[in-house]
Amino acid sequence: MTTLTLKLSTLRGNLVRCPTIVLIGWIWLAIMLLIALFAEVLTPYVYTALDLSARLQPPVGFGGQSNHLLGTDELGRDVLSRLITSIKMSLLIAFASTLISATIGLTLGFLAARFRGFVEQAVMVAIDFQASIPFMLIALAVLAFFGNTLVLFICLMGCHGWERTARITRNLTISAVEQGYANAVEALGASTWRIYFRHILPNIASTLIVSMTLTFPEVILLESGLSFLGLGVQAPLTSLGNMVGYGREYLQSAPWILLAPASIIVLTTLSISLVGDWVRDKLDPTLQ
Amino acid sequence: MNYLLTRGARSGLTVLLVVTFTFFILRMSGDPAMMILSADAPPEAIEAFRQNWGLDAPLSHQYFGYLGNILAGNFGVSMRNGASAMSLVLEAIPATLAITLPAFALKLLLGIPAGIFAAFHRNTWIDRLIMSFSVAGHSMPSFVLGVLLVLIFAVSLGWLPSGGYASWGHAILPIITLAIGGAAVLARYTRSAMLEVLGQPYIRAASAKGLSWHLVVIRHALPNAAAPILTIMGLMLGALIAGAVVVESVFSWPGVGRLIVSAVGNRDLAVVQAALLLVTFSMVGANLLVDALNVMIDPKIRSSK
Repeated sequence: MTTLTLKLSTLRGNLVRCPTIVLIGWIWLAIMLLIALFAEVLTPYVYTALDLSARLQPPVGFGGQSNHLLGTDELGRDVLSRLITSIKMSLLIAFASTLISATIGLTLGFLAARFRGFVEQAVMVAIDFQASIPFMLIALAVLAFFGNTLVLFICLMGCHGWERTARITRNLTISAVEQGYANAVEALGASTWRIYFRHILPNIASTLIVSMTLTFPEVILLESGLSFLGLGVQAPLTSLGNMVGYGREYLQSAPWILLAPASIIVLTTLSISLVGDWVRDKLDPTLQ
Repeated sequence: MNYLLTRGARSGLTVLLVVTFTFFILRMSGDPAMMILSADAPPEAIEAFRQNWGLDAPLSHQYFGYLGNILAGNFGVSMRNGASAMSLVLEAIPATLAITLPAFALKLLLGIPAGIFAAFHRNTWIDRLIMSFSVAGHSMPSFVLGVLLVLIFAVSLGWLPSGGYASWGHAILPIITLAIGGAAVLARYTRSAMLEVLGQPYIRAASAKGLSWHLVVIRHALPNAAAPILTIMGLMLGALIAGAVVVESVFSWPGVGRLIVSAVGNRDLAVVQAALLLVTFSMVGANLLVDALNVMIDPKIRSSK
């Protein structure tokens, strides 16, 4: 347990002294998280509510009225409400998928390290397979063959990036088993389950967090890309990529429909990569 | 040689896995007859469709028939318009290459020199400027970048067309969109690979004997920093055919990517599968090429096996 707690506490200490730009990144991500958590309270309208008398109304400051701060789309739906709901949806998918991906990777990595031999070879072949084709194409094929529901879509996104976690887990676990402590606990009569989850997991957790900081932004980009193409989150649900794809048709007459979600995507992915780089510098043992 | 043989065998296995994956996912996704014809089609029509597509044979029989067809270069026909699926994909390739090849060249021309330059001026404002551009370019999704470029250069300024496939002018925005993201990634990898090499004693020795800095870079630093840069380039090379899925859709460019997206939308499984296999071949081929190049450049790999 000690290494991770030690690293996390130095991380907390460092947070006070981190560069301004990284601090801004943290603050932005915190705001996004709060918006996602309190989406129901924050939305001024129901995101599907139509207001046909106020169609394509520009945002405040560009000739719009204060009842729709960020303007409306061509059905008179409030862009701010849709934006908040989209942030919630995109973050929900990204969090759920990153967790699924980490769980798959951790399980397969542990299995490969525990049983070696045939199991390990099978896991390695699966890793090779996953790494050899761009995941976007696997996702497109699965969506073509199975159709699309939100649960299927989240599970599909959860299949992204597990190969990195699995490879890291396997390598680290094999070297952890070779160190004395796993044998010591085993000699004390601990179960395999206990050895792996209570003793090995905390010791490799920091590297796993590093791997998750890479998966999370990739899932956001993947989800928004697929939704942009109309193949991800389906109407009446909405996500950031969805709004951009949909707003493209009104690029000339109502660019605000597209600019609001586009800037949220850019700022969020930018913040994640700044914060992620910084966390990696602090946590990655190979860099220290 | 042994090393390359192992890699070759693994690549073959990967291709076989992808073929199997597409076959099973195709069969698991429900009855294609029901998807193409509607559920209330007459039973005779459904039966005729099944016989026509070989769907009434046992699964193992279907699988080996499928493998044989693929080996014979027969990838099935589009379930929508009856054209050969592979020829549909092959016809779309020139349009894709027309934007991905120039974009690939542009990535190399921008990314590698920028990375080298940043490494040489480590921790100065030049380095920070280049790396800020790199982080920004890397974290900007291509569809947002593409749409913003359309908004600026097509809608506001009216300099370039916003989409379509008619003249070279139409290719400029897609090429730039593709190049920026790739150049950002390459610059980052080149910088860190160079930094690792520049700290080595032989570089100090080369500078100490009075070589000018560009000779140091070309003769001593670059060959030693090449392996990670080559690996990234290999991924980009493999993505020449399929790397433009989103960008082609943004600019209505009639390449492989847009074909895949519309085939997915129509659930035209034969076309999706032909495109997926073609892309797998090109990715696996590019990876093998990079492995071979790495063996040629790096004697350490040769001697380790």
